Amino acid sequence: MSSIVARDLRMEFTSRDESGRAERVVALEHFDLEVRAGEFLSVLGPSGCGKSTFLSILAGLAQKSGGSLLVDGQPLEGINARQGVVFQGYALFPWRTVLENIEVGLEIRGVGKAERRERAREYLELVGLGGFGARYPHEISGGMRQRVAIARSLVYEPEVLLMDEPFAALDAQTREILQGELLRIWDRHKKTIVFITHSLDEAIFLSDRIAVMTHRPGRIKEIIEVPLPRPRLAELRNSEDFVHLRQRAWEVLKDEVRFATAPVPAATSTRAADWPASAQAGRRLAKG
Amino acid sequence: MGISAKLSGLFQRSLGILVFALLWELLPRSGLVSAAYLSPPSEVLGAIADLVSSGLLFKHLEASLYRSLAGLLLAIVSGVGLGLLMGGFRRLEALVDPLLQLFRQTSALALFPVFILFFGIGELSKVAIIFWASFWPILLSTISGVKQVDRLLIDSARSMGASRAFLFVKVVLPAAAPSIFTGVRLAGAYCVTALVAAEMIGAHSGLGFLTLNSQEVFQVPSMYAGILLLALVGLLLNAVLALIERRCTRWRRGLRADA
Repeated sequence: MSSIVARDLRMEFTSRDESGRAERVVALEHFDLEVRAGEFLSVLGPSGCGKSTFLSILAGLAQKSGGSLLVDGQPLEGINARQGVVFQGYALFPWRTVLENIEVGLEIRGVGKAERRERAREYLELVGLGGFGARYPHEISGGMRQRVAIARSLVYEPEVLLMDEPFAALDAQTREILQGELLRIWDRHKKTIVFITHSLDEAIFLSDRIAVMTHRPGRIKEIIEVPLPRPRLAELRNSEDFVHLRQRAWEVLKDEVRFATAPVPAATSTRAADWPASAQAGRRLAKG
Repeated sequence: MGISAKLSGLFQRSLGILVFALLWELLPRSGLVSAAYLSPPSEVLGAIADLVSSGLLFKHLEASLYRSLAGLLLAIVSGVGLGLLMGGFRRLEALVDPLLQLFRQTSALALFPVFILFFGIGELSKVAIIFWASFWPILLSTISGVKQVDRLLIDSARSMGASRAFLFVKVVLPAAAPSIFTGVRLAGAYCVTALVAAEMIGAHSGLGFLTLNSQEVFQVPSMYAGILLLALVGLLLNAVLALIERRCTRWRRGLRADA
């Protein structure tokens, strides 16, 4: 289990707009966050607030522009070997079978073929896909693909799991099932989880704490504790405490959503106004 | 889907060829076209049989296959290797790309005198021209294949701690394989074209030589035999490459219908 400390993190990059003009984008500024060892922490924010950027930096896939980032007290350099990352787009290798996909991390770590196969099977069972090891990713559904991706990131037993809107592309039912599955797995294999999402309900259902981000340039606006008891079952979503928490989180978030959508025409901002309702329905929103 | 359906499919596929062969046989026999210019297929088959019994066929075929396969294999190895490297390092590619476009447009046949100057009239210049013709489509399709590799796949392998070597061999190469094979199939066709040209200049063996030489000594049936055999070599090469492609990209079966 790993603890993570981000201090005054800054991220800026140059991007080109439609006319090809270079534009300076500050994605993160004064970003402070502490993730405790073993906790489930969600980072919640409006589209384009830089929450995925934070995850990329944390995963070592992007280089921060300033500030410090410590994992277990050590400055993070390059890729953290004790991390697993789950992406929204599954990122499975289409030429590998499900089982071979799960083996990748072990292959990179030089684990022998027989042991690789055995451990991959074990994690395939864990995510409930026992009979699908020989299939190719394009032969299974989106929900199953994300289960494979989760198994792949767990099989080499990382200490921290970084999840970048992993369920955002799934339909509402599959999404809720996978949220439950993730909690079950997390209960068995205690890890630190940093979970990026734009869904209030998802963040509340899963997390110990929710870090709400501001609009761009993103920083942490407020940390909301989620004192709901565990294990959490699906019925929890209808409980009074849950609804209360959702209202509170929306109070924190709503200004940021408005800011984030301010420059675009009125039609879009109206849609943003009824955002909690649509997020509740599991509607897909643009990736943040 | 019984035997009869299969048979009728086979009949349909061979009908065009049968009609063509019949027409080909009739034209010189009826005197519409002089038999001195166009030998009927029966005589061409006879010429092929003669070539087989004299052992000449094997000699020419061996020479042609050796040259084309040597040039093609060299082109595949260097084209894929260099393409992976150039696709992986964008700055290098931007630097060399205009040069590549120029080289690609430089006909292998136009360069043949240069190759002869450097490598002499022997085997080396022939392999060189075949290499040149096959190399460019492989290089360019590899580069474009590498550039189109989904960034997410690279990121996901990197996030698991993959080394650069692992990324190239286990992620970029298989991801670019479909595009690479497109280039290799094209190279197979170019390679046979270049082979014929190479063997028509200063060669003493090979199917291209057989064709040109037979014309020069008025062995018209054996000239047509050479042309026919070259076409068959091209077909065979394409079939072998297609088979290898299917083997290597087996996972894609059913993907196209799905996507």
